[in-house]
Amino acid sequence: MPKLITQVGCPYCGSSCDDLEVLVSDDNKTVLEVRNACIIGNNIFLHANDPTRPKLPRMRQPDGSMKEISYKEAIDWTAKTLIAAKKPLIYGFGSTNCEGMSAVGRVAEKAGAVLDNCASICHGPSFLAIFDNGYPSCTLGEAKNRADCVVFWGCNPMHAHPRHTSRYSLFPRGFFTQKGQMQRKVICVDPRETDTAKLADVHFMLDQGHDYDLFDAFRTVLRGHDIPDIVAGIKREKIVEAIEIMKKSRFVMIFFGMGCTHTDGRNHNVDIAISLTRDLNTHTKASIMAMRGHYNIAGPGQVWSWQFGFPYCIDLSKGTHAHMNPGETSSIDLAMRDEIDCFVNVGTDAGAHFPIEAVKHLKKHPFITIDPNFCMASEISDLHIPVRIAGVDEPGVVYRMDNVPIQFKAVIDGLPGVPSDEELFDMVYERMCELTQTEPVWLAAKAHRKYPSSAVN
Amino acid sequence: MAKIQLNMITQRSIEEGAAMEKGKTNPDYFTACSICEMNPEDMKKAGVWKNTNVRVTSECGSVIVKAIVPTQFVPPGLAHIRQGVWANQVVPPRTQSTGTPQYSGFLVTIEPAVEERIKTALELVQGSVGLWKKE
Repeated sequence: MPKLITQVGCPYCGSSCDDLEVLVSDDNKTVLEVRNACIIGNNIFLHANDPTRPKLPRMRQPDGSMKEISYKEAIDWTAKTLIAAKKPLIYGFGSTNCEGMSAVGRVAEKAGAVLDNCASICHGPSFLAIFDNGYPSCTLGEAKNRADCVVFWGCNPMHAHPRHTSRYSLFPRGFFTQKGQMQRKVICVDPRETDTAKLADVHFMLDQGHDYDLFDAFRTVLRGHDIPDIVAGIKREKIVEAIEIMKKSRFVMIFFGMGCTHTDGRNHNVDIAISLTRDLNTHTKASIMAMRGHYNIAGPGQVWSWQFGFPYCIDLSKGTHAHMNPGETSSIDLAMRDEIDCFVNVGTDAGAHFPIEAVKHLKKHPFITIDPNFCMASEISDLHIPVRIAGVDEPGVVYRMDNVPIQFKAVIDGLPGVPSDEELFDMVYERMCELTQTEPVWLAAKAHRKYPSSAVN
Repeated sequence: MAKIQLNMITQRSIEEGAAMEKGKTNPDYFTACSICEMNPEDMKKAGVWKNTNVRVTSECGSVIVKAIVPTQFVPPGLAHIRQGVWANQVVPPRTQSTGTPQYSGFLVTIEPAVEERIKTALELVQGSVGLWKKE
């Protein structure tokens, strides 16, 4: 009999929906059906059935082809490469669990590496703004229960977070928002008329790259001053009207996305968005939230802040202390300045999602990919190590976009012999300790660990 | 030959996300991402027919993609390539000292390239690092 597993978490976007139902075969090996998920979540679970999923690490040969090797050899090569490198870069972690992120901390410290996550090319500027200006945020539950004015600024949840609007922000009926969408005013700011903009009561189709100007105009009007007839391509009346809507609301929720952080202004756009939230709080209640991209991209921010004091761009190469300075210790900048001599890509696809110029620089040195599937990064790597898929055949803790931790389940058994990210990093760490003849330092929770792990023979 | 200068943004779409999770060598990913959305007015100015190939050139590279009428309205002057391998061939790696590249808001030149072939994701990425071998 196929089994129906309920309350399954979805390992795709920052909404981290945890109400999925997955029907699996009775041998626990195949996903038969996925319910409640969006098309993307559906594809993730069903892709795990792919019989061509790699089961062994693959090493690039001198003729350019890839040859399968054992996990033992792969771990040895990774450990030796990391030790030999003066300043390796370990990047990724958009799609893995917190256990893996925590385990890699030990490897990075041992290797004197730079530790960076996908926020670096995504919500990194939001972090900078949050450091400068604070983060008056809330949980998605509060947004659902209270927000009667929702602002989507430079984000397109209908495409990037397909169930965000139906689970949290727009359609659901909450405690104080019992009429659901009927009760919510929706404002969208985007240079395109996106599918999210089509849902909005007011759509500001601003001139691309002029977010700061428009935020500034919002603040100016809110503080009772006059603004020019047209700001960022938007008429004054429309801005005044939007401010009136916000002031009359009981709870304004601002969601912002890549439209703010990928364009000119970067952190300053987010900075002024936070200031706008603060200003709004003199009239009504307001809150702001970053639309984080991956289901656990808030995870490394949490885990590494706890371990090293910084959420991303953590330079551990000094050996004595962690140092963070985006622009200097951020992946793209390090790559473009040729400052790193080994690249480890974990649970992301730098090959597809970095500007190609940066990929060319990274490829000058040993390039290792740790990912359950074939991706662009794995196909240019010197070594590709497959692992289990967090949220599908590996359980773990993830942080949703509002920094709420959720325990994700495994719905099927992992491929035999394939380790999880955590197990792999622990084994790499142990091998590095062996090679450098040092004692591994384990947390109390891991003191009983036996090596080699039973997961890998 | 006619060409046009536009402001380029590269962002997510659900088609891209759904195809990506099937695998980046899947034909769906090619269909979803190797396209450039531009306003029909701009197509006219550039002498581009819809659903034909164009060359998109930025300060740091160029890529052949298919010009299509926007699936989500794009005003004149703006162009959109969905996030992914094709977009990243032209994304400038400059970060304004924040670590985040200029994924949105960079100038590109778009010109017709009807005879040119759109390269696959693997060909673009492996080709850029000298690993591409014709099958």
